[in-house]
Amino acid sequence: MSKFLKFTLAAGFVISATAVFAGEYGLGRPALPEEVAAWDVKVMPDGRGLPEGSGDVWTGDEVFAENCAVCHGDFAEGVGNWPKLAGGWDTLDHDDPLKTVGSYWPYLSTVWDYVNRSMPFGNAQSLTNDEVYAIVAYILYSNNLVDEDFTLSHENFTEVEMPNAGGFILDDRAETEYAKWTGEPCMENCKDEVKITMRARVLDVTPDEEKAEAAEPATEEPVAVAAAEPEPAAEPDVAAVDPALVAAGEKVFKKCKACHQVGEGAKNRAGPQLNGVMGRAAGAVEGFKYSSALMAKADEGLVWNEETISAFLANPRGYMKGTKMGFAGLKSEEDQAAIAAYLSSFSD
Amino acid sequence: MSETFKGKSTSRRAFLRGAAAAGAGAITAGAAHSATPDPLITEPQPWAQGLGEGVDVTPYGLPIKFESDVVRRNVDWLTADTISSINFTPIHALDGTITPQGCAFERHHSGAIELAKEDYRLMINGLVDTPLVFSYADLERFPRENHVYFCECAANTGMEWAGAQLNGAQFTHGMIHNMEYTGVSLRTILAEAGVKPEGKWVYVEGADASSNGRSIPMEKALDDVLVAFKANGEALRKEHGYPVRLVVPGWEGNMWVKWLRRIEVTDAAVQSREETSKYTDTLEDGTSRKWTWAMDAKSVVTSPSPQAPITHGQGPLVITGLAWSGRGAITRVDVSKDGGKTWETARLAKPGERMALTRFYLDTTWDGNEMLLQSRAMDETGYVQPTKTQLRDVRGLNSIYHNNCIQTWWVKPNGEAENVEVS
Repeated sequence: MSKFLKFTLAAGFVISATAVFAGEYGLGRPALPEEVAAWDVKVMPDGRGLPEGSGDVWTGDEVFAENCAVCHGDFAEGVGNWPKLAGGWDTLDHDDPLKTVGSYWPYLSTVWDYVNRSMPFGNAQSLTNDEVYAIVAYILYSNNLVDEDFTLSHENFTEVEMPNAGGFILDDRAETEYAKWTGEPCMENCKDEVKITMRARVLDVTPDEEKAEAAEPATEEPVAVAAAEPEPAAEPDVAAVDPALVAAGEKVFKKCKACHQVGEGAKNRAGPQLNGVMGRAAGAVEGFKYSSALMAKADEGLVWNEETISAFLANPRGYMKGTKMGFAGLKSEEDQAAIAAYLSSFSD
Repeated sequence: MSETFKGKSTSRRAFLRGAAAAGAGAITAGAAHSATPDPLITEPQPWAQGLGEGVDVTPYGLPIKFESDVVRRNVDWLTADTISSINFTPIHALDGTITPQGCAFERHHSGAIELAKEDYRLMINGLVDTPLVFSYADLERFPRENHVYFCECAANTGMEWAGAQLNGAQFTHGMIHNMEYTGVSLRTILAEAGVKPEGKWVYVEGADASSNGRSIPMEKALDDVLVAFKANGEALRKEHGYPVRLVVPGWEGNMWVKWLRRIEVTDAAVQSREETSKYTDTLEDGTSRKWTWAMDAKSVVTSPSPQAPITHGQGPLVITGLAWSGRGAITRVDVSKDGGKTWETARLAKPGERMALTRFYLDTTWDGNEMLLQSRAMDETGYVQPTKTQLRDVRGLNSIYHNNCIQTWWVKPNGEAENVEVS
């Protein structure tokens, strides 16, 4: 559509909107009920906003394993620096309290709301309502708050008691701090002596200055992305790939980036790094903990190439039941081919 | 963000280089007279003979290569993944008060998304007379305001609760930036939809996958909150919420929702993840404060500091830093060179502005002896920035957010500085 046409349409819309309601400026247009329903998915502590549905602990266990365990652990205990969702009871008044759904979160609505709108990481809003109920039931179970035969639904939702519901007070700094720390401060002879009691260098956790500088020249070295470069890259098979397809693949790859790195310095994250993945045996990246489903395929001799990777991406869970990859899949064959081309532009 | 700020293997530092530079500096500074002519003056230099770059070589200008170290930095071990993480403004290397967008800290929960103006929609719904949808172009037709405000993450200095930990003002105090915003007052936009009398809160949420959402009491929403689309004169950067973000003056950065897509008027707080499980402050007895929105008065010496050692030896020295308060304007900053025994009042570059960074200077003479440098801010409410001990006495050691304690830099005779705690 031409810019001019767009402009006239938009202008026409505003004019008609002006007639409809009586804001001071008459700007915007009334939101349609379908639009409000699509975006307003929040759930309040009293259960307002919860859709109908239910899910039990056992289903939750499966859905959690498939969608959440890669970061949060099979038992919601957390992997590495990712959030721990279970445990930590009675630690809030200890050093380094462990704040989990069970030990800290005051409202169950927050759990449902957050899982529903923001999880899984990198594939938000892909869960059904029943799956969200099941995951929340499983998290409650992991925290010993319900039995294994528990089913959570919109009907019993507000009956669940959260252990730390009473653990919060409103900001009281005005009384406990501001009154104390107001007035003319001391300017002279404020202390008898001053001693250094702790030094940052003792802990030594500051990022290295050299690292940032060393990283600079790397950006000038030719990275094996054929698309933007007029000269063929070093790898002969890279040059054979259609640059336009590689460029298209780079765009599609945004969907994968939350979990997978590729290119110079790529590291394993929620998913393995993908340098040199094309043409390589499955399950071969060092230091990555693959699902047993993937390792079974690897034992059968699975090698990643355009055909196998496209089939996997078309329907990850169908192709590999039990995969840790929490990704709905790429329906478009063009997208699959683009990803395959993009990945083949990165060698080890 | 991870709440455990401990444990990291040893890493090497630019320690020696800094010390060497300091030593060399001291020598030349001592010799005020030069014995031989300076070839930079007596010899024609390439830049004085040949030609520089023409116009349009860089249509959007970038800092010159000599400043390539003045960049945002990340602390790897803080978070599990850079997609949901934070980095730090290089405040040790900046001056004045305005933070250039390109080096202003970033904090994402699901990565910095690319949302085009044409695809942008802002919905106002809930307890309003008419739920509305605005396009970006609609927002540009409301009356606009310009304001300079700081945005500070509540976790700024959070890694320092238990002890001196990170060696650099960028890392201890760099979760802050200060920009001039152009936008529409939220009051104006709410009035357009018509707030119903039972509407006591607004819930604001972003368009990214994290759908970061926060509840803001109506009083604040109608006071000074801005729906902003420009910063420092140009469009917001994607990492700061292009095309539209919320600006909540003086309140913790997490409430400044980026990629703002929805504003709902409600009768109660939503109690979202970010206002219950995060951004709450656990006290020593295990109870936690919630709704601690305002950022209290705070200051830090940005130079000299660990990343900005003294390299010129004794003599004239500019001690400088930043001060700010989420509860009004900075009225005074005192500086101590002896760890808080004696204080002198610094010069404010300009009178403090409400909820904006204030630059202070102490123009002094360094005798080459070690210093325990501190700064202490006061704001218009009469509040005085507390020491770390004072904060711990009230809150214990398990807090993370809202650490506005007085910072100490131990400046050594060679000009190098280190983050320390003092008695």
